[in-house]
Amino acid sequence: MSYLKETFLGIFNNLLYLTKMSKITKRYIFVIAILLALFSVYNYFIYTSEAYTATAALSPQAVKGQELWQENNCWSCHQLYGLGGYLGPDLTNVYSHPDKGPVYINAFLNSGVKSMPKFQFSENEKAAIIEYLRMVDETGYYPNFDASIENSGWVTLKYKNGR
Amino acid sequence: MADKRSLYFLIFALSALLAGIIFGLTASLQYVYPELLKEYTPFTKLRPFHVTSVISWIVLAATGSIYFFLTQVENLKLFTPRLLGVHFFLFLLTGIGIYISYALGYMEGREYFAFAPVFVIPVLIGWVLFGINYFGTLRKKVRNWPVYYWMWGTGIVFMVYHISEAHLWLFDYFKIHFVKDMSVQWKSYGSFTGSWNMLVYGISIFVMSKIKKDSQLATSKIAFFFYFLGLTNLMFGWAHHTYFLPTQPWIRYVAYAVSMTEWVVLGSIIYNWRRSLPKVDRMNHPMATRFMMSADIWIFLNLILALLFSIPAINFFTHGTHVTVAHSMGTTIGINTTILLSALMFIIGKANAAFTTQQWLIKRGLQLFNVSLFLFWCALLMAGIKKSYWMYGIRQGIFSEMQDGLTMVYGAISFFGLILVISLCMIVIPLCKGFVQTVRLGRT
Repeated sequence: MSYLKETFLGIFNNLLYLTKMSKITKRYIFVIAILLALFSVYNYFIYTSEAYTATAALSPQAVKGQELWQENNCWSCHQLYGLGGYLGPDLTNVYSHPDKGPVYINAFLNSGVKSMPKFQFSENEKAAIIEYLRMVDETGYYPNFDASIENSGWVTLKYKNGR
Repeated sequence: MADKRSLYFLIFALSALLAGIIFGLTASLQYVYPELLKEYTPFTKLRPFHVTSVISWIVLAATGSIYFFLTQVENLKLFTPRLLGVHFFLFLLTGIGIYISYALGYMEGREYFAFAPVFVIPVLIGWVLFGINYFGTLRKKVRNWPVYYWMWGTGIVFMVYHISEAHLWLFDYFKIHFVKDMSVQWKSYGSFTGSWNMLVYGISIFVMSKIKKDSQLATSKIAFFFYFLGLTNLMFGWAHHTYFLPTQPWIRYVAYAVSMTEWVVLGSIIYNWRRSLPKVDRMNHPMATRFMMSADIWIFLNLILALLFSIPAINFFTHGTHVTVAHSMGTTIGINTTILLSALMFIIGKANAAFTTQQWLIKRGLQLFNVSLFLFWCALLMAGIKKSYWMYGIRQGIFSEMQDGLTMVYGAISFFGLILVISLCMIVIPLCKGFVQTVRLGRT
């Protein structure tokens, strides 16, 4: 009971403190409150909105591939959608690339070529990484060669899956 | 004599900076010699060491500086002094734990937070403790907060939020939806850097207002206008990282519109440029002022770069190239590091009157730092432009041929990086010695 009493007293004191603030401080707090309200709505939409194109959720095998991608720091050197490191190539569309594809990825994974560490992925692990890259590939294009650049500085992207 | 506990943060921060630049230099050599040290320290391991160390430098230096300013410059009594010690040891032990886990190969996290997710718990607790101590100290004691108090408070609160947000991938709701996952990941990183910028820019306004003895700098309407503009960008201006992800287009519209408001900041810098140039030698803290003036130039250069690649049509060509690296190096080294070194010069001038900040090594170090960083920055831009040409001019070329064609440019990046490391050592080692000496003097 005494704890509850102290808590209520604490809240009351803080409210009392707010009333004693100067006019300018209250104005700043009001602006921050508005920004925070907008930020909350914005975050709600970011967290709940789906991708612009119809994309499937990662399969359990692709999730395993994603975990391997992460645990082995593939992102240190490689990029997806241009995000990651720059020592190796972007792999967004390596799966559907006419000269590359799953066989090429499979051969490359344990090759240890140039600065790439000599990984020792099992066949199952290699299959999981390939599945992850396949599902990433399905989401869109990077580089987006067919995007159109507008006079306003805007870029309209070319999407996969019919958009 | 200064409170030693805030200085511990600064010594810890300077050590992290030295480690970070050495890891960074070693990693850059692998662009020139891909097989170098590959068996022992591949790039995949060096990069997390480098990134964690330099982020630690920024947040630890900012934290230590804020503790010092509150207790030693503003002469406020900390809400709970014991929490400061707990905060320090929590960060120190977590830092050691992260380095050991990296050395053992446990890097289960992502780009900015490569450590195993369990380490985020003590990191978050540390920020919450800092928040309790910070707001508890200022509440009721200070009326009409100057802008830097708002900025530090904002930085602490948003640090907690965005570090948590960066770990939303632990939940399947985010993890299994690739586009949403990437989008939230890069949202959190953009706003995480915005949060530490709040701490660092708040420090710069604090130091400038104390050096110039002009409280107007931190209480004027214009100062608050820029604070709110910065806060808006922190919240909504991150999406230039993800212009290419197939997210809902409105996310990109908002980011484009919000980031263009920063032209106002650029206009203000140009307008105030000459007026704000102080007569360095007559100032109370000449080295702190010199570092702050360097930061001014780097803010100017990097703001232009950031504004340009926030325009989708330009971002289209620069994204995924070293132009982005030039921007991140320009901001973390050119802006954040120079502001924090300026703050540390100011602090050591206050804490240890016997320490000479204007010593030859530090003066020459700063000159070499500015020249080498500029050349390093230009070389990174050059690498970015060449890669962009390879991507959109040549199209579908072989990646390794493009990399081989850039060997000279990568060589230049490593060379100027080496000079940059030397120049930073010329500044950081005497400064670190000075802080250790100050702490020792406090013990006797």
